[in-house]
Amino acid sequence: MKSSVMRISNITLVGLRAIARNKMRSFLTALGIIIGVACVIAVVAIGNGATKSIENTINALGTNYIMLFPGATTSSGARTFTGNSNFTAEDADAIKAECPAVAYVSPFVRASAQVVAGELNWGTSVQGVGVDYPLIRSWNVAQGTFFSDQDVKSASKTCVLGNTVAENLFPDGQAVGQIVRIKNVPFKVVGVLEKKGGNMMGQDQDDVVIAPYTTVMKRLSGKTKIDMIQLSAASASQVQEAQNEVDAVLRQRHRIPPNGDSDFQMRSQEEIAQAQGQQATVLRMLLICIAAISLFVGGIGIMNIMLVSVTERTREIGIRMAIGAKGRHVLLQFLFEAVTLAIVGGGVGVGLGVAASLIIKRFLQWPIIVTPTSVALSFGVAAAVGIFFGFYPARKAARLDPIDALRYE
Amino acid sequence: MPDKVIEIHGLTKVYSMGEVEVRALAGVDLLVDEGEFIAVMGPSGSGKSTLMNILGCLDRPTAGTYKLDGIDVSTLDRDERAVIRNAKIGFVFQSFNLLARTSAVENVELPLIYGDLGWTRDERHKAAMEALHRVGLKGREHNHPSQLSGGQQQRVAIARALVTDPAMLLADEPTGNLDSRTSEEIMGIFQALNDSGKTVVLITHEPDIAQHAKRVVTVRDGVIQHDEKVEQLRVNVTGIAAPAAPVPVEATR
Repeated sequence: MKSSVMRISNITLVGLRAIARNKMRSFLTALGIIIGVACVIAVVAIGNGATKSIENTINALGTNYIMLFPGATTSSGARTFTGNSNFTAEDADAIKAECPAVAYVSPFVRASAQVVAGELNWGTSVQGVGVDYPLIRSWNVAQGTFFSDQDVKSASKTCVLGNTVAENLFPDGQAVGQIVRIKNVPFKVVGVLEKKGGNMMGQDQDDVVIAPYTTVMKRLSGKTKIDMIQLSAASASQVQEAQNEVDAVLRQRHRIPPNGDSDFQMRSQEEIAQAQGQQATVLRMLLICIAAISLFVGGIGIMNIMLVSVTERTREIGIRMAIGAKGRHVLLQFLFEAVTLAIVGGGVGVGLGVAASLIIKRFLQWPIIVTPTSVALSFGVAAAVGIFFGFYPARKAARLDPIDALRYE
Repeated sequence: MPDKVIEIHGLTKVYSMGEVEVRALAGVDLLVDEGEFIAVMGPSGSGKSTLMNILGCLDRPTAGTYKLDGIDVSTLDRDERAVIRNAKIGFVFQSFNLLARTSAVENVELPLIYGDLGWTRDERHKAAMEALHRVGLKGREHNHPSQLSGGQQQRVAIARALVTDPAMLLADEPTGNLDSRTSEEIMGIFQALNDSGKTVVLITHEPDIAQHAKRVVTVRDGVIQHDEKVEQLRVNVTGIAAPAAPVPVEATR
């Protein structure tokens, strides 16, 4: 047993010497694996970062969050998705009054406009909401206050600025109490919202002006219907109950027959997370495919060079066999060479990939997450590639006839 | 009576090339005692190379028996023959067949790496150094083959053949690539090793070289035509270490 262990170490020694003798070629051979593994590490790190930021923004929606938006409408028997809303503010009020599982409800209307403050101006999106909105989105006011129920009822010209808008219009930080003009309508700034950051699409959620929905409908968009209704359930366990209640109320209010299609759709935070999660899974599968292909190509590179190496070293193989190398020894030698190339290539690739990830993180400000799993996995796959693609050339070498191999020029 | 190193009876080898059968060896009988220095001669196509391949356990006979150092090797499989080659045979080739870009001492260590001796690295290194000193290569141990002359390379090859302390040295045209002066030198080394008791089998087609052996066997048309003791042409080589320090003898099993 002792001697067989020793012989394995001898064979590894032989393989290492062969690699050291052909440094340039060994490096070029490993390059395929190096690049493959580096790509895998970097791409997976970016993918993980993207998934993480998606999760963060979805969680930032609030755990009990439910979104209501227009669905298919049936007109003269033709079902179409028009995107036209048929929600009214009264729908929102009715939900709040009749659904015990719903805690907060806010209508939602959107307009885009150029906002002017003194000499400065800023193009942004204006969102009209109700007073419950900060509670639904768990989004607090950093300075000043949110507008009141009275402001909503009277459609007063007040607004709350998102952090980005406040910074751009009031670089001195003194936004509260100032007047901004939206489509030439003067609005009084009553508050500035705390910073929320980018959402899952990479949009800046702080680039927004929030005003009472009544004011936005009347002064800015001229719409009579609201675009969406956002609401939150009283607790996480009541999300489904809340959805059922809202469904019943709205179907009744919209006079939809029992077997008819709803003219609205509902998504809970959980469902949105699931949908995004599916996207992330697709993304991940894509990355795994890329990884597999690049490592496959790297493996073919190793096999190619090992085949050349076996042919070129036919005579060496003959010598080794003549002086007592068994087929197994030659097989192990070449297999060991291939695996060493793959593992060293994998190691260098991991280093490069991590370095590339850190550089991307630093200069592009992307969220990048290098996980030990991805490092271990690509390293293991590289070794497996070495064994898989090294086996055929090694077996070819081991099956050579010593007489022919010795005579080979 | 000395032990027989080689005992061959009725050895035949038939190559079938498509439908044509070529009879390379047609019944060879050969007995070689321990300590003999035998030259196998013959023109090309005589079956000399086939005999050498079978003697070297590189190939198997079609029929007949071959006992090497008392072991019947005529029916062994590939791996078993590899073990026998490693332990019982020291090969010396015409074209030296050293590993390029590998130092002399590493080349000599090579058979020990494949052997079943259970030696440590240091023991292997020591044995290889001693073998190199025996063939007069002190001070050249770490040179690569490209830094050595043809004669020196062949000495490294002889050291490699010696290092496992085999039952016989099997030299296939060992002087074919060397000038006549260096050839003499190499033959002198074989004679010195033979003097110390090593059995040497020399395959050659040059009568001048065969003269350095004690017995000449001539092969022709696949059979042994002549087998005679000859007057040995002696060569004295300086710088060949006396066989006072033989390599550790554990190679035989």
